[in-house]
Amino acid sequence: MSIVGKSEIRVDAFDKATGRTKYYEDRMPAGALFVRIKHSEIAHGFVKSVDTSEAEKIKGVVKVLTCFDAPEIDFPTAGHPWSMDPEHQDVADRRLLNTHVRYYGDDVAVVIAEDEVSAMQGVRALKVEYEALPFVLDPQKAMEDGAPQLHDEYPHNILKHTSIRKGDYQVAIREPGLIRVEGWYETPTVQHCHIENHGCFAYEENGRITVVSSTQIPHIVRRVVGQAIGRPWADVQIIKPYIGGGFGNKQDALYEPLCAWCSVMVGGRPVRVDCSREETFVSNRVRHAIRFHITSWIRPDGSMAARKVDLYSNQGAYASHGHSIVAKAMGSFPQLYPCDNMECDAYTVYTNIPAAGAMRGYGMPQASFANDSNIEECAHAVHMDPVEYRNKYIMPQGYYDGFSKNCNYYDSHRECLEKGKELIGYDEKIKEFAKDTGPIRRGIGCASFWYNTAVWPIALETSSNRMLLNLDGTVTMQCGETEIGQGADTAFAQMAAEAIGLKSYKDVHVVSCQDTDTTPTGLGAYASRQTYVAGFSIRQTAELLKQKIFAYANKLTRQSEHNMEIRDGNVVRKGDGKVLISLKELAMTAQYNPQDSEHITAESTFTIKNNAYSFGCTFAEVEVDIPMCKVTVKNIVNVHDCGNLINPALAAAQVHGGMSMAIGYGLSEQLLFDPKTGRPLNNNLLDYKLSTVMDHPDLEAAFIENPEPTSEFGTKALGEPPACSGAPAIRNAIYNATGVALRKLPMNPHNLFAAFTEAGLIHDEWQEG
Amino acid sequence: MYDMKALYEATSVENAVELRLEHPEAQIIAGGSDVLVQMREGKRAGKELISIYGLDELRGITIDENENIRIGSLTSFSHITRDPIIQKYINVLGEAVDMVGGPQIRNIGTIGGNTCNGVTSADSASTLHAWEAIVELTGKNGVRRLPIKDFYIRAGQVDIRVEDGEIQTAILIPKASYENTFGHYIKYAMRNAMDIATLGCSVNVRLSEDKKTIERARIAYGVAGPVPMRAPHAEAVANGQPISMELIDRFGLAVLEDINPRDSWRASKAFRQHIAVEMAKRCLFESIRLAGGEL
Amino acid sequence: MAQYKLVRFTLNGKEVEKMVDVRASLTDMLRNDYHLTSVKKGCEVGECGACNVLIDGEAFNSCIYLAVWADGKNIRTLESLTGPDGEISDIQQAFMEESAIQCGFCTPGFIMTAVEILETKKLYTRDELRKLLSGHLCRCTGYENILNAVEKTMKRRLGVPVE
Repeated sequence: MSIVGKSEIRVDAFDKATGRTKYYEDRMPAGALFVRIKHSEIAHGFVKSVDTSEAEKIKGVVKVLTCFDAPEIDFPTAGHPWSMDPEHQDVADRRLLNTHVRYYGDDVAVVIAEDEVSAMQGVRALKVEYEALPFVLDPQKAMEDGAPQLHDEYPHNILKHTSIRKGDYQVAIREPGLIRVEGWYETPTVQHCHIENHGCFAYEENGRITVVSSTQIPHIVRRVVGQAIGRPWADVQIIKPYIGGGFGNKQDALYEPLCAWCSVMVGGRPVRVDCSREETFVSNRVRHAIRFHITSWIRPDGSMAARKVDLYSNQGAYASHGHSIVAKAMGSFPQLYPCDNMECDAYTVYTNIPAAGAMRGYGMPQASFANDSNIEECAHAVHMDPVEYRNKYIMPQGYYDGFSKNCNYYDSHRECLEKGKELIGYDEKIKEFAKDTGPIRRGIGCASFWYNTAVWPIALETSSNRMLLNLDGTVTMQCGETEIGQGADTAFAQMAAEAIGLKSYKDVHVVSCQDTDTTPTGLGAYASRQTYVAGFSIRQTAELLKQKIFAYANKLTRQSEHNMEIRDGNVVRKGDGKVLISLKELAMTAQYNPQDSEHITAESTFTIKNNAYSFGCTFAEVEVDIPMCKVTVKNIVNVHDCGNLINPALAAAQVHGGMSMAIGYGLSEQLLFDPKTGRPLNNNLLDYKLSTVMDHPDLEAAFIENPEPTSEFGTKALGEPPACSGAPAIRNAIYNATGVALRKLPMNPHNLFAAFTEAGLIHDEWQEG
Repeated sequence: MYDMKALYEATSVENAVELRLEHPEAQIIAGGSDVLVQMREGKRAGKELISIYGLDELRGITIDENENIRIGSLTSFSHITRDPIIQKYINVLGEAVDMVGGPQIRNIGTIGGNTCNGVTSADSASTLHAWEAIVELTGKNGVRRLPIKDFYIRAGQVDIRVEDGEIQTAILIPKASYENTFGHYIKYAMRNAMDIATLGCSVNVRLSEDKKTIERARIAYGVAGPVPMRAPHAEAVANGQPISMELIDRFGLAVLEDINPRDSWRASKAFRQHIAVEMAKRCLFESIRLAGGEL
Repeated sequence: MAQYKLVRFTLNGKEVEKMVDVRASLTDMLRNDYHLTSVKKGCEVGECGACNVLIDGEAFNSCIYLAVWADGKNIRTLESLTGPDGEISDIQQAFMEESAIQCGFCTPGFIMTAVEILETKKLYTRDELRKLLSGHLCRCTGYENILNAVEKTMKRRLGVPVE
């Protein structure tokens, strides 16, 4: 391999460095009408009436549509592939606009206007009369008898409950001499905070509806728009331009259905929905806040005799990705630190907060925090070094999961831990930091995580690809896997150039913009699966393309197709490497041959029936200023075994971003709601504390490159894994520094103040009485 | 596009006063980093604005004939930080305003806007209180000067007489306040940039010639109450006292007599009290060190 | 009634004039009237830095800057760094080479602040650079490679060895 494995410059770097890359708003048709949404100002209740008269009087207002105008069609929004089995279809609990509003910020009405200001004024002029109902923000409270009910079909607001039973927990805990390590671990609601807000525009053309959207999943959104507005799916065209990040928020149908409907309601004129930052926080998707209760029963040697894990996942008002997330979180427990006797129960519960969907890690940042916090406490309970404890009890090499057919082919976990230890200087530091006893103390900690690459066998895995041989011997490639900032297009170009035999990745022109009318169907960016799944269809399509090239070359060169290969953009004879014909000459000849013209193209779909583990860990070093209740991360290292790296520089960049997100998750981020009203309190980038460049140290990304045997290019997940183990590593470092076992994220000054006070590290005598 | 009813651009201070008298309902906009944000949020939507941003005569820092440091109200935070007069005599003010938001905000944000907002969290406010700044207002009756503590009336409200067409034109630091005085500011926030203060604490001291005694200590807080405030009990504890670690501890605890932070979703009262004490101690320690005292 | 004002200013080296709606932000004017797509909207309240441009050499969030204030100013957007034949500046090249670009949405704002930093011709420490760049939020890169790109360009311009 010569092209794959190199740190090439991104294919889109130049345009992005010059500002000419076009995002959805840069493609806006002239005269598009502005749609502004009236959001619910109560957390739960019914809209009794909407007085639109004042709004309609405003000059520039074209139309007002309310929840009473919206079609009575329930549709699902999750960015999952469609299932032909009704049992496995996503929950359809969403409407374009709602008379039954279920969170503060729910969509009640829209004002369509010629300009932005008129639309905003129109929204402010709407008078909504509500019948307010009691609301509930906490999932466990929502499960109680008599709690406010969000969706009639789901008693006690339980969207779903699933369990894992392994061995016999009740019998196992009776073993004499067991040590019980038990705790509640709590993770907050957070938001993706891609810098480009979600937005889209829609118009009708020749009786069909087109939506240009900032989305990760154009082909899935086409289906959802069709479902939501009651049109055949083929009537809908989704175009995905470059997008300014997604991180899972845009792995959902967001406002595309509403935008499409608004266009239809104004005769197919172009309309635009542009989310403000405040709307992005509340009226898109958030990450599930999951509360864990873990009871571990360990033997004096630290080995796990039995384990019980309960998970309560806060779904918010609508199902979106629903139970899939907490199910994945739960599924990691029996595997990461295997235990013969387990009882796990996961509940996904509706509450009156914004709908939770996919977010980078899909349940694993939450699970990793809970699991690796509890594991740290297990290590302490038996006085073992926490890294040694992990080395002893973490998933061993050769571990096989019968359901996913995943196998831990290498000793990935231990190799990552070993490398992380070395890079951060664990052995020296843990000794040195133990001497700190003053108000400022240093600590070091680590955490591992479990992740797998794709969605097989839970859902369909399919990838389609099209390659066109250009007249200059380069190749244009279309795939359904999307570039959302992570560098997918560059990796695809490298893989395709390698698979075909081109000279450079620059000889592959990846059509970055997906258009469901012309792009072969793919599922889009999620589950850290694109490089893995696209690898199969790229390889397969490249082989098809090569067959056609060889067939034509045979006509021109008389040489056997079986004795040909492509090297550096030339068809060569295998035996002696003689250049038979360049791809350029071949393409020109084939295209313009008056007797036998051919545009050489290939297209294929590959159904993937594999999945791949992708493991790693984080080591963090912190300084804790106890009186000031502040934690400073001084050093942080992530180590990943994501198989072979297609582009090492972009892989490291991907890890940096995940680490930064994990630090924010650990130390500062949380979306807050007023307990009295359910109103979001900090839905802006000032009050929601995502990390700035001054909030963390240099980030170090390291890799173990064990080639993944099931993968065409030896590669596997890297998009989400970097976001998983950072928070618990910091938590464990704080534990090491202070002896305080924090159990609630974020570990911000407020929570540290409470924990340090409880632990007696802070004693404000004036507070007593 | 802002939902703005009308915009009047002042061409001079006199013109600004006239515009204010003509349009008493209009909101003055200096750099706009607060006013425009509120307009976007809908709070000031549909309002008229009087822009004074173009009045370059209100920019810059000088020493006036009475040796006051005179800061034009439209001087941006970044220009205050970089100014040699500020660096020489009241560096802590430059450091404090260098913690406002981020660099772009410090380029647009003005000290006049920061104080006229009347918000308790303004990074300049505690230092201006601790240094007993004088606010200069210009209206139809000419110039009016008042101590900054009197300028703040209550949260979000300052003493500007709209009926007199007043605008703030300068902030002055008297010589008696800055001479031989050294101070330190701590902004306590949840992030190291792009944040508003959970609590701000500004302390300054003037030491005796032998550097053994505190001649004058002043301390002021932002977010310890509805408006920025001094902590006179703490000052009384320190004034005239020989420097010691024990004094610093007593000084810190004494602030509890003065401050009155509230419980909000941003921070609890107990937490704000806790860090207020710690910040007072650290600020005093650092101020003494800067003044050449030994601890 | 809508209120308009004629503004004359220098935009990316060229003297221009425009009748502008007084309600417009500088972002609105640069994007809608001049089609400068490098000026991005990420929050429109001065919290993210995506709309950053240089005005008389200093960085400003154009979203909270009134278009009418542009009168008489020298305004530069990222587009000004690309030459007439598509040649790009060292700082853009460094962003490309250091993998400092991912989704690209924060990139123009960051580069323009970097231009302001580089034009001071001073050698800053890495921590100083962090502070100077802290008015921009990025969710993709963890800022790591952005810092590397700015630091390396600064050192190259000053003739300081780049490790």
